[in-house]
Amino acid sequence: MRRGPQQLWPRRTKRRREEGSRGALIAAGSTIIVFGLILWVVLTSAAWPEVQRQFFSWKHFKESFPKVLGGFWLDIQMFIIAEILILTFSLVLAMIRSLRGPAFFPLRAIVITYIDLIRGIPILLLILLMGFGIPALQLQGVPKSEMFWGVTALVISYSAYTAEVYRAGIDSVHESQRMSARSLGLTQTQALRYVIVPQAIRNVIPALLNGFVSLQKDVALVFVLGVREGLREAEIYKAGTFNYTSYVVAAMLFLAISVPVARFTDWYTERDRRRRQVMST
Amino acid sequence: MTRPKLEIHNLSKSFDDKIVLRDVDLTVNSHEVVCLIGSSGSGKSTLLKCINLLVDIDDGEILLDGESITTSSVNPNDVRQRMGIVFQAFNLFPHMTVLENITLSPVKVHGVSRQEAVARARHLLDQFGLAEKIDEYPDRLSGGQQQRVAVIRSLAIQPELMLFDEVTSALDPELVAEVLGVIRGLKNEGMTMIVATHEMGFARDVADQVCFLDAGVILEKGAPKKIFSQPDQPRTRQFLQRIVEAGRL
Repeated sequence: MRRGPQQLWPRRTKRRREEGSRGALIAAGSTIIVFGLILWVVLTSAAWPEVQRQFFSWKHFKESFPKVLGGFWLDIQMFIIAEILILTFSLVLAMIRSLRGPAFFPLRAIVITYIDLIRGIPILLLILLMGFGIPALQLQGVPKSEMFWGVTALVISYSAYTAEVYRAGIDSVHESQRMSARSLGLTQTQALRYVIVPQAIRNVIPALLNGFVSLQKDVALVFVLGVREGLREAEIYKAGTFNYTSYVVAAMLFLAISVPVARFTDWYTERDRRRRQVMST
Repeated sequence: MTRPKLEIHNLSKSFDDKIVLRDVDLTVNSHEVVCLIGSSGSGKSTLLKCINLLVDIDDGEILLDGESITTSSVNPNDVRQRMGIVFQAFNLFPHMTVLENITLSPVKVHGVSRQEAVARARHLLDQFGLAEKIDEYPDRLSGGQQQRVAVIRSLAIQPELMLFDEVTSALDPELVAEVLGVIRGLKNEGMTMIVATHEMGFARDVADQVCFLDAGVILEKGAPKKIFSQPDQPRTRQFLQRIVEAGRL
Protein backbone atom coordinates (compact mmCIF):
# COMPACT_ATOMS: atom_id res chain seq x y z
CA MET A 1 0.00 0.00 0.00
CA ARG A 2 2.63 2.51 1.04
CA ARG A 3 4.80 1.68 -1.92
CA GLY A 4 2.04 2.64 -4.32
CA PRO A 5 2.90 6.28 -4.95
CA GLN A 6 6.56 5.45 -5.51
CA GLN A 7 5.66 3.09 -8.30
CA LEU A 8 3.35 5.63 -9.82
CA TRP A 9 5.80 8.52 -9.70
CA PRO A 10 9.27 7.06 -9.38
CA ARG A 11 11.05 10.09 -10.80
CA ARG A 12 9.36 12.54 -8.50
CA THR A 13 10.20 10.43 -5.47
CA LYS A 14 13.83 10.13 -6.50
CA ARG A 15 14.15 13.87 -6.97
CA ARG A 16 12.52 14.42 -3.61
CA ARG A 17 15.00 12.10 -1.98
CA GLU A 18 17.90 13.99 -3.54
CA GLU A 19 16.44 17.26 -2.32
CA GLY A 20 16.04 15.68 1.12
CA SER A 21 19.69 14.68 1.45
CA ARG A 22 20.82 18.05 0.14
CA GLY A 23 18.56 19.69 2.73
CA ALA A 24 20.10 17.68 5.53
CA LEU A 25 23.59 18.72 4.39
CA ILE A 26 22.64 22.40 4.36
CA ALA A 27 21.02 22.10 7.82
CA ALA A 28 24.12 20.42 9.26
CA GLY A 29 26.45 22.99 7.68
CA SER A 30 24.54 26.03 8.88
CA THR A 31 24.14 24.54 12.35
CA ILE A 32 27.90 24.04 12.68
CA ILE A 33 28.58 27.57 11.50
CA VAL A 34 26.01 29.26 13.77
CA PHE A 35 26.84 27.32 16.93
CA GLY A 36 30.55 27.52 16.19
CA LEU A 37 30.30 31.29 16.00
CA ILE A 38 28.36 31.55 19.26
CA LEU A 39 30.83 29.26 21.03
CA TRP A 40 33.78 31.22 19.66
CA VAL A 41 32.32 34.56 20.83
CA VAL A 42 31.62 33.17 24.31
CA LEU A 43 34.90 31.36 24.82
CA THR A 44 37.10 34.22 23.60
CA SER A 45 35.32 36.91 25.61
CA ALA A 46 37.24 38.50 28.47
CA ALA A 47 34.67 37.42 31.08
CA TRP A 48 34.71 33.72 30.16
CA PRO A 49 37.37 32.49 32.63
CA GLU A 50 35.44 34.10 35.47
CA VAL A 51 32.12 32.68 34.25
CA GLN A 52 33.64 29.25 33.91
CA ARG A 53 35.03 29.36 37.45
CA GLN A 54 31.68 30.44 38.90
CA PHE A 55 29.30 28.20 36.96
CA PHE A 56 31.19 25.42 35.22
CA SER A 57 33.91 24.38 37.62
CA TRP A 58 34.73 20.68 37.17
CA LYS A 59 35.91 20.37 40.76
CA HIS A 60 32.68 21.75 42.21
CA PHE A 61 30.67 19.76 39.70
CA LYS A 62 32.17 16.49 40.94
CA GLU A 63 31.75 17.44 44.57
CA SER A 64 28.17 18.71 44.42
CA PHE A 65 26.77 16.17 41.99
CA PRO A 66 26.07 13.28 44.40
CA LYS A 67 24.41 15.59 46.93
CA VAL A 68 22.20 17.33 44.37
CA LEU A 69 21.35 14.01 42.75
CA GLY A 70 20.30 12.63 46.14
CA GLY A 71 17.98 15.58 46.64
CA PHE A 72 16.73 15.33 43.09
CA TRP A 73 15.55 11.78 43.76
CA LEU A 74 13.16 13.31 46.30
CA ASP A 75 11.93 15.71 43.59
CA ILE A 76 11.11 12.75 41.38
CA GLN A 77 9.25 10.98 44.18
CA MET A 78 7.23 14.09 44.99
CA PHE A 79 6.52 14.55 41.29
CA ILE A 80 5.20 11.04 40.81
CA ILE A 81 2.99 11.10 43.89
CA ALA A 82 1.66 14.57 43.10
CA GLU A 83 1.00 13.73 39.44
CA ILE A 84 -1.03 10.63 40.27
CA LEU A 85 -3.13 12.58 42.78
CA ILE A 86 -3.57 15.48 40.37
CA LEU A 87 -4.70 13.30 37.46
CA THR A 88 -7.31 11.59 39.63
CA PHE A 89 -8.58 14.54 41.62
CA SER A 90 -8.85 16.89 38.65
CA LEU A 91 -10.76 14.29 36.65
CA VAL A 92 -13.33 14.11 39.43
CA LEU A 93 -13.55 17.92 39.42
CA ALA A 94 -14.02 18.03 35.65
CA MET A 95 -16.70 15.33 35.73
CA ILE A 96 -18.64 17.15 38.42
CA ARG A 97 -18.37 20.35 36.44
CA SER A 98 -19.87 18.76 33.35
CA LEU A 99 -22.88 17.22 35.09
CA ARG A 100 -26.08 18.77 33.81
CA GLY A 101 -29.39 19.58 35.42
CA PRO A 102 -30.46 21.89 38.26
CA ALA A 103 -30.00 19.19 40.93
CA PHE A 104 -26.24 19.33 40.46
CA PHE A 105 -26.02 23.12 40.70
CA PRO A 106 -24.48 23.26 44.21
CA LEU A 107 -21.79 20.74 43.27
CA ARG A 108 -21.00 22.61 40.06
CA ALA A 109 -20.86 25.92 41.94
CA ILE A 110 -18.39 24.52 44.49
CA VAL A 111 -16.11 23.19 41.76
CA ILE A 112 -16.22 26.39 39.71
CA THR A 113 -15.45 28.50 42.80
CA TYR A 114 -12.58 26.21 43.69
CA ILE A 115 -11.09 26.39 40.20
CA ASP A 116 -11.46 30.17 39.99
CA LEU A 117 -9.96 30.83 43.41
CA ILE A 118 -7.05 28.45 43.18
CA ARG A 119 -6.06 29.54 39.69
CA GLY A 120 -5.95 33.11 40.96
CA ILE A 121 -3.41 32.40 43.71
CA PRO A 122 0.32 32.29 42.86
CA ILE A 123 1.49 28.73 43.41
CA LEU A 124 4.46 29.85 45.54
CA LEU A 125 2.12 31.76 47.82
CA LEU A 126 -0.05 28.68 48.28
CA ILE A 127 3.00 26.56 49.11
CA LEU A 128 4.17 29.07 51.74
CA LEU A 129 0.68 29.50 53.14
CA MET A 130 0.05 25.79 53.58
CA GLY A 131 3.61 24.58 54.18
CA PHE A 132 4.32 27.00 57.03
CA GLY A 133 0.78 27.93 58.03
CA ILE A 134 -0.86 24.59 58.67
CA PRO A 135 1.94 22.96 60.71
CA ALA A 136 2.07 26.16 62.79
CA LEU A 137 -1.50 25.53 63.91
CA GLN A 138 -0.23 22.51 65.86
CA LEU A 139 -3.52 20.72 65.37
CA GLN A 140 -3.95 17.24 66.74
CA GLY A 141 -3.78 14.54 64.10
CA VAL A 142 -2.75 16.91 61.30
CA PRO A 143 0.60 16.10 59.67
CA LYS A 144 3.35 18.53 60.60
CA SER A 145 5.67 17.71 57.71
CA GLU A 146 6.40 20.73 55.49
CA MET A 147 6.92 18.40 52.58
CA PHE A 148 3.47 16.88 53.03
CA TRP A 149 1.82 20.28 52.89
CA GLY A 150 4.08 21.48 50.10
CA VAL A 151 3.05 18.55 47.90
CA THR A 152 -0.58 19.03 48.95
CA ALA A 153 -0.37 22.66 47.82
CA LEU A 154 1.00 21.54 44.46
CA VAL A 155 -1.81 19.02 44.08
CA ILE A 156 -4.45 21.59 44.97
CA SER A 157 -3.07 24.18 42.59
CA TYR A 158 -2.32 21.88 39.66
CA SER A 159 -5.67 20.11 39.96
CA ALA A 160 -7.48 23.36 39.25
CA TYR A 161 -5.58 23.77 35.97
CA THR A 162 -5.73 20.12 35.02
CA ALA A 163 -9.48 20.03 35.65
CA GLU A 164 -9.82 22.69 32.96
CA VAL A 165 -7.74 20.59 30.58
CA TYR A 166 -10.04 17.62 31.18
CA ARG A 167 -13.08 19.83 30.77
CA ALA A 168 -11.84 21.00 27.38
CA GLY A 169 -11.50 17.33 26.48
CA ILE A 170 -15.00 16.52 27.68
CA ASP A 171 -16.40 19.46 25.69
CA SER A 172 -14.51 18.28 22.60
CA VAL A 173 -16.50 15.04 22.49
CA HIS A 174 -19.47 15.61 20.22
CA GLU A 175 -22.85 16.12 21.87
CA SER A 176 -24.27 13.26 19.79
CA GLN A 177 -22.13 10.82 21.79
CA ARG A 178 -23.76 11.90 25.03
CA MET A 179 -27.20 11.78 23.42
CA SER A 180 -26.52 8.34 22.03
CA ALA A 181 -25.39 7.07 25.43
CA ARG A 182 -28.42 8.56 27.18
CA SER A 183 -30.74 7.07 24.55
CA LEU A 184 -29.45 3.63 25.54
CA GLY A 185 -30.63 4.30 29.07
CA LEU A 186 -27.26 5.18 30.60
CA THR A 187 -27.38 7.70 33.43
CA GLN A 188 -25.39 10.93 33.21
CA THR A 189 -22.52 9.55 35.24
CA GLN A 190 -22.50 6.27 33.32
CA ALA A 191 -22.44 8.20 30.03
CA LEU A 192 -19.52 10.28 31.29
CA ARG A 193 -17.64 7.31 32.66
CA TYR A 194 -18.00 4.83 29.82
CA VAL A 195 -18.50 7.03 26.77
CA ILE A 196 -17.39 10.65 27.18
CA VAL A 197 -14.36 10.54 29.48
CA PRO A 198 -12.42 7.79 27.67
CA GLN A 199 -12.68 9.79 24.46
CA ALA A 200 -11.96 13.06 26.26
CA ILE A 201 -8.75 11.76 27.82
CA ARG A 202 -7.47 10.59 24.46
CA ASN A 203 -8.10 14.09 23.11
CA VAL A 204 -6.14 15.86 25.83
CA ILE A 205 -3.15 13.56 26.34
CA PRO A 206 -0.75 16.11 24.74
CA ALA A 207 -2.02 18.85 27.03
CA LEU A 208 -1.70 16.56 30.07
CA LEU A 209 1.87 15.70 29.09
CA ASN A 210 2.59 19.42 28.93
CA GLY A 211 1.40 19.63 32.51
CA PHE A 212 3.85 16.84 33.41
CA VAL A 213 6.80 18.93 32.19
CA SER A 214 5.56 21.92 34.12
CA LEU A 215 4.97 20.05 37.39
CA GLN A 216 8.27 18.24 37.16
CA LYS A 217 10.01 21.60 37.54
CA ASP A 218 7.55 23.15 39.96
CA VAL A 219 8.09 20.48 42.62
CA ALA A 220 11.39 22.30 43.24
CA LEU A 221 9.33 25.17 44.67
CA VAL A 222 8.91 23.28 47.93
CA PHE A 223 12.58 24.16 48.59
CA VAL A 224 11.24 27.39 50.13
CA LEU A 225 9.88 25.24 52.95
CA GLY A 226 13.34 23.88 53.67
CA VAL A 227 12.63 20.47 52.15
CA ARG A 228 15.99 19.00 51.16
CA GLU A 229 15.24 18.26 47.54
CA GLY A 230 17.58 18.90 44.60
CA LEU A 231 17.44 22.67 44.49
CA ARG A 232 17.81 22.92 48.27
CA GLU A 233 20.90 20.72 48.20
CA ALA A 234 22.37 22.91 45.45
CA GLU A 235 21.60 25.98 47.52
CA ILE A 236 23.28 24.47 50.59
CA TYR A 237 26.37 23.61 48.56
CA LYS A 238 26.50 27.11 47.11
CA ALA A 239 26.19 28.67 50.55
CA GLY A 240 29.25 26.74 51.69
CA THR A 241 31.46 27.39 48.67
CA PHE A 242 30.21 30.60 47.07
CA ASN A 243 30.27 28.72 43.76
CA TYR A 244 27.23 28.39 41.53
CA THR A 245 28.18 25.17 39.75
CA SER A 246 25.80 23.23 41.98
CA TYR A 247 22.90 25.24 40.53
CA VAL A 248 24.02 24.24 37.06
CA VAL A 249 24.08 20.62 38.23
CA ALA A 250 20.49 20.95 39.45
CA ALA A 251 19.46 22.58 36.18
CA MET A 252 21.01 19.73 34.21
CA LEU A 253 19.16 17.14 36.25
CA PHE A 254 15.81 18.85 35.68
CA LEU A 255 16.60 19.14 31.97
CA ALA A 256 17.50 15.47 31.79
CA ILE A 257 13.88 14.68 32.61
CA SER A 258 11.94 17.52 31.05
CA VAL A 259 13.56 17.55 27.60
CA PRO A 260 12.79 13.89 26.84
CA VAL A 261 9.23 14.33 28.09
CA ALA A 262 8.84 17.42 25.87
CA ARG A 263 10.20 15.51 22.85
CA PHE A 264 7.89 12.60 23.63
CA THR A 265 4.91 14.98 23.83
CA ASP A 266 5.74 16.39 20.40
CA TRP A 267 6.17 12.94 18.94
CA TYR A 268 2.92 11.73 20.43
CA THR A 269 0.96 14.81 19.34
CA GLU A 270 2.25 14.48 15.79
CA ARG A 271 1.42 10.78 15.63
CA ASP A 272 -2.05 11.43 17.00
CA ARG A 273 -2.63 14.20 14.44
CA ARG A 274 -1.61 11.89 11.57
CA ARG A 275 -3.88 9.14 12.83
CA ARG A 276 -6.83 11.45 12.93
CA GLN A 277 -6.11 12.59 9.39
CA VAL A 278 -6.04 9.00 8.23
CA MET A 279 -9.29 8.33 10.07
CA SER A 280 -11.07 11.31 8.55
CA THR A 281 -10.19 10.38 4.96
CA MET B 1 -59.78 -2.93 20.89
CA THR B 2 -56.28 -3.30 22.25
CA ARG B 3 -54.52 -0.38 23.81
CA PRO B 4 -52.16 1.55 21.48
CA LYS B 5 -48.44 1.19 22.10
CA LEU B 6 -47.83 4.92 21.93
CA GLU B 7 -50.14 7.90 22.05
CA ILE B 8 -49.17 11.51 21.58
CA HIS B 9 -51.62 14.24 22.49
CA ASN B 10 -51.25 17.93 21.62
CA LEU B 11 -47.48 17.84 21.77
CA SER B 12 -45.80 21.22 21.30
CA LYS B 13 -42.15 22.16 21.40
CA SER B 14 -40.23 25.33 20.64
CA PHE B 15 -36.56 26.18 20.81
CA ASP B 16 -36.34 29.79 21.99
CA ASP B 17 -38.86 31.58 19.75
CA LYS B 18 -38.93 28.97 17.03
CA ILE B 19 -41.90 26.63 17.11
CA VAL B 20 -40.67 23.20 16.06
CA LEU B 21 -43.75 21.10 16.83
CA ARG B 22 -47.31 22.30 17.24
CA ASP B 23 -50.27 20.29 18.56
CA VAL B 24 -49.01 16.98 17.30
CA ASP B 25 -51.38 14.03 17.74
CA LEU B 26 -50.28 10.55 16.84
CA THR B 27 -51.32 7.03 17.76
CA VAL B 28 -49.10 4.05 17.10
CA ASN B 29 -50.49 0.55 17.62
CA SER B 30 -48.42 -2.48 18.50
CA HIS B 31 -46.63 -4.05 15.51
CA GLU B 32 -47.41 -0.98 13.44
CA VAL B 33 -44.86 0.91 11.34
CA VAL B 34 -45.38 4.65 11.12
CA CYS B 35 -43.30 6.66 8.65
CA LEU B 36 -42.75 10.36 9.17
CA ILE B 37 -42.10 12.23 5.95
CA GLY B 38 -41.58 15.90 5.23
CA SER B 39 -38.79 18.28 4.30
CA SER B 40 -35.77 18.87 6.50
CA GLY B 41 -36.61 21.06 9.45
CA SER B 42 -40.25 19.99 9.49
CA GLY B 43 -39.84 18.52 12.99
CA LYS B 44 -39.53 14.77 12.30
CA SER B 45 -36.29 14.45 14.18
CA THR B 46 -37.44 16.53 17.13
CA LEU B 47 -40.61 14.46 17.40
CA LEU B 48 -38.56 11.26 17.72
CA LYS B 49 -36.29 12.87 20.31
CA CYS B 50 -39.33 13.98 22.28
CA ILE B 51 -40.65 10.42 22.32
CA ASN B 52 -37.26 9.21 23.57
CA LEU B 53 -37.26 12.04 26.17
CA LEU B 54 -33.99 13.35 24.82
CA VAL B 55 -35.81 16.65 24.32
CA ASP B 56 -38.17 18.07 26.96
CA ILE B 57 -41.61 18.89 25.64
CA ASP B 58 -43.33 22.23 26.34
CA ASP B 59 -46.91 21.07 26.18
CA GLY B 60 -48.98 17.95 25.66
CA GLU B 61 -48.53 14.38 26.71
CA ILE B 62 -46.95 11.15 25.54
CA LEU B 63 -48.34 7.80 26.69
CA LEU B 64 -46.50 4.51 26.45
CA ASP B 65 -48.80 1.52 26.96
CA GLY B 66 -51.40 3.94 28.23
CA GLU B 67 -49.17 5.47 30.89
CA SER B 68 -47.81 8.98 30.68
CA ILE B 69 -44.04 9.18 30.28
CA THR B 70 -43.93 12.96 30.26
CA THR B 71 -44.88 13.59 33.89
CA SER B 72 -42.05 14.63 36.17
CA SER B 73 -42.40 11.54 38.35
CA VAL B 74 -41.20 9.31 35.51
CA ASN B 75 -37.47 8.60 35.33
CA PRO B 76 -36.38 9.16 31.70
CA ASN B 77 -33.81 6.38 32.00
CA ASP B 78 -36.56 3.85 32.69
CA VAL B 79 -38.44 4.96 29.59
CA ARG B 80 -35.34 4.92 27.40
CA GLN B 81 -34.66 1.36 28.46
CA ARG B 82 -37.88 0.34 26.76
CA MET B 83 -37.23 1.93 23.39
CA GLY B 84 -34.38 2.09 20.94
CA ILE B 85 -33.42 5.01 18.74
CA VAL B 86 -31.05 5.02 15.76
CA PHE B 87 -29.61 8.26 14.51
CA GLN B 88 -28.65 9.60 11.11
CA ALA B 89 -24.96 9.80 12.03
CA PHE B 90 -24.76 6.26 13.58
CA ASN B 91 -23.16 7.68 16.77
CA LEU B 92 -21.32 4.49 17.58
CA PHE B 93 -18.77 4.83 20.38
CA PRO B 94 -15.45 5.05 18.49
CA HIS B 95 -13.29 3.84 21.39
CA MET B 96 -15.20 0.58 21.75
CA THR B 97 -15.31 -2.48 19.55
CA VAL B 98 -18.55 -3.56 17.89
CA LEU B 99 -19.14 -6.06 20.70
CA GLU B 100 -18.47 -3.48 23.43
CA ASN B 101 -20.81 -1.02 21.74
CA ILE B 102 -23.58 -3.59 21.73
CA THR B 103 -23.11 -5.00 25.23
CA LEU B 104 -22.54 -1.71 27.10
CA SER B 105 -26.17 -0.93 27.85
CA PRO B 106 -27.38 -4.51 28.50
CA VAL B 107 -24.57 -5.04 31.03
CA LYS B 108 -24.41 -1.64 32.71
CA VAL B 109 -28.04 -0.59 32.56
CA HIS B 110 -30.13 -3.73 32.31
CA GLY B 111 -28.01 -5.86 34.61
CA VAL B 112 -27.67 -8.67 32.10
CA SER B 113 -24.67 -10.90 32.78
CA ARG B 114 -21.72 -10.33 30.46
CA GLN B 115 -21.95 -13.88 29.18
CA GLU B 116 -25.62 -13.51 28.33
CA ALA B 117 -25.07 -10.08 26.72
CA VAL B 118 -22.23 -11.41 24.55
CA ALA B 119 -24.33 -14.38 23.47
CA ARG B 120 -27.18 -12.10 22.55
CA ALA B 121 -24.84 -9.76 20.64
CA ARG B 122 -23.38 -12.69 18.71
CA HIS B 123 -26.82 -13.88 17.80
CA LEU B 124 -27.86 -10.45 16.50
CA LEU B 125 -24.60 -9.95 14.61
CA ASP B 126 -25.09 -13.35 12.98
CA GLN B 127 -28.62 -12.49 12.03
CA PHE B 128 -27.52 -9.25 10.34
CA GLY B 129 -24.48 -10.75 8.64
CA LEU B 130 -21.90 -8.94 10.74
CA ALA B 131 -20.53 -11.86 12.73
CA GLU B 132 -16.96 -11.40 11.52
CA LYS B 133 -16.94 -7.71 12.54
CA ILE B 134 -17.47 -8.43 16.22
CA ASP B 135 -14.03 -7.26 17.36
CA GLU B 136 -13.58 -4.41 14.87
CA TYR B 137 -13.62 -0.75 15.83
CA PRO B 138 -16.32 1.38 14.17
CA ASP B 139 -13.88 3.33 11.99
CA ARG B 140 -12.97 0.10 10.22
CA LEU B 141 -16.56 -0.45 9.06
CA SER B 142 -18.44 0.98 6.10
CA GLY B 143 -21.27 3.43 6.77
CA GLY B 144 -23.87 0.76 6.11
CA GLN B 145 -22.17 -1.68 8.48
CA GLN B 146 -21.86 1.01 11.16
CA GLN B 147 -25.53 1.81 10.87
CA ARG B 148 -26.47 -1.85 11.11
CA VAL B 149 -24.35 -2.12 14.25
CA ALA B 150 -26.18 0.93 15.62
CA VAL B 151 -29.49 -0.84 14.98
CA ILE B 152 -28.21 -3.97 16.71
CA ARG B 153 -27.00 -1.86 19.64
CA SER B 154 -30.54 -0.59 20.09
CA LEU B 155 -32.09 -4.02 19.60
CA ALA B 156 -29.79 -5.48 22.23
CA ILE B 157 -31.77 -3.74 24.96
CA GLN B 158 -34.85 -5.65 23.70
CA PRO B 159 -36.96 -2.56 23.07
CA GLU B 160 -40.72 -2.54 22.74
CA LEU B 161 -40.53 0.29 20.25
CA MET B 162 -37.87 1.37 17.75
CA LEU B 163 -37.33 4.91 16.51
CA PHE B 164 -35.36 5.59 13.33
CA ASP B 165 -34.16 9.10 12.61
CA GLU B 166 -33.28 9.38 8.91
CA VAL B 167 -30.98 6.44 9.29
CA THR B 168 -30.02 6.27 5.62
CA SER B 169 -29.45 9.97 4.95
CA ALA B 170 -25.73 9.84 5.67
CA LEU B 171 -25.11 6.72 3.59
CA ASP B 172 -23.77 6.23 0.08
CA PRO B 173 -26.66 5.22 -2.19
CA GLU B 174 -25.47 1.64 -2.61
CA LEU B 175 -25.40 1.17 1.16
CA VAL B 176 -28.95 2.42 1.73
CA ALA B 177 -30.58 -0.87 0.72
CA GLU B 178 -28.77 -2.96 3.34
CA VAL B 179 -30.01 -0.73 6.16
CA LEU B 180 -33.54 -0.51 4.82
CA GLY B 181 -33.46 -4.30 4.52
CA VAL B 182 -32.81 -4.49 8.25
CA ILE B 183 -35.85 -2.35 9.01
CA ARG B 184 -38.00 -4.48 6.70
CA GLY B 185 -36.79 -7.54 8.55
CA LEU B 186 -37.83 -5.99 11.85
CA LYS B 187 -41.28 -5.27 10.47
CA ASN B 188 -41.67 -8.92 9.58
CA GLU B 189 -40.77 -9.82 13.16
CA GLY B 190 -43.56 -7.56 14.34
CA MET B 191 -41.51 -4.70 15.82
CA THR B 192 -43.37 -1.46 16.47
CA MET B 193 -41.49 1.32 14.71
CA ILE B 194 -41.58 5.01 13.97
CA VAL B 195 -39.37 5.85 11.02
CA ALA B 196 -38.47 9.37 9.91
CA THR B 197 -37.26 9.02 6.33
CA HIS B 198 -36.64 10.64 2.98
CA GLU B 199 -36.91 7.27 1.23
CA MET B 200 -40.44 7.57 -0.15
CA GLY B 201 -40.43 4.27 -1.99
CA PHE B 202 -39.50 2.55 1.24
CA ALA B 203 -42.17 4.41 3.20
CA ARG B 204 -44.80 3.42 0.66
CA ASP B 205 -43.82 -0.27 0.90
CA VAL B 206 -43.32 -0.64 4.61
CA ALA B 207 -45.52 1.86 6.42
CA ASP B 208 -48.91 1.06 7.85
CA GLN B 209 -49.40 4.75 8.40
CA VAL B 210 -47.66 7.76 6.85
CA CYS B 211 -47.55 11.18 8.48
CA PHE B 212 -46.63 14.24 6.48
CA LEU B 213 -45.06 16.91 8.68
CA ASP B 214 -44.83 20.49 7.57
CA ALA B 215 -43.48 23.30 9.76
CA GLY B 216 -44.03 21.33 12.95
CA VAL B 217 -47.57 20.24 12.20
CA ILE B 218 -48.82 16.83 11.10
CA LEU B 219 -50.60 18.12 8.04
CA GLU B 220 -51.88 14.81 6.83
CA LYS B 221 -51.79 11.21 7.88
CA GLY B 222 -53.19 7.98 6.57
CA ALA B 223 -52.45 4.81 4.70
CA PRO B 224 -49.46 5.11 2.35
CA LYS B 225 -51.63 4.38 -0.66
CA LYS B 226 -53.83 7.36 0.13
CA ILE B 227 -50.99 9.79 0.99
CA PHE B 228 -48.83 8.92 -1.99
CA SER B 229 -51.58 8.78 -4.63
CA GLN B 230 -54.36 11.13 -3.49
CA PRO B 231 -53.16 13.49 -0.80
CA ASP B 232 -55.81 15.90 0.46
CA GLN B 233 -53.49 18.80 1.20
CA PRO B 234 -51.98 20.93 -1.58
CA ARG B 235 -48.76 21.20 0.48
CA THR B 236 -48.43 17.40 0.54
CA ARG B 237 -49.01 17.25 -3.19
CA GLN B 238 -46.35 19.92 -3.74
CA PHE B 239 -43.84 18.05 -1.54
CA LEU B 240 -44.42 14.75 -3.32
CA GLN B 241 -44.30 16.48 -6.70
CA ARG B 242 -40.79 17.74 -5.91
CA ILE B 243 -39.72 14.30 -4.78
CA VAL B 244 -41.01 12.80 -8.03
CA GLU B 245 -39.24 15.49 -10.06
CA ALA B 246 -36.01 14.69 -8.24
CA GLY B 247 -36.49 11.08 -9.32
CA ARG B 248 -36.74 9.80 -5.76
CA LEU B 249 -40.15 8.14 -6.01
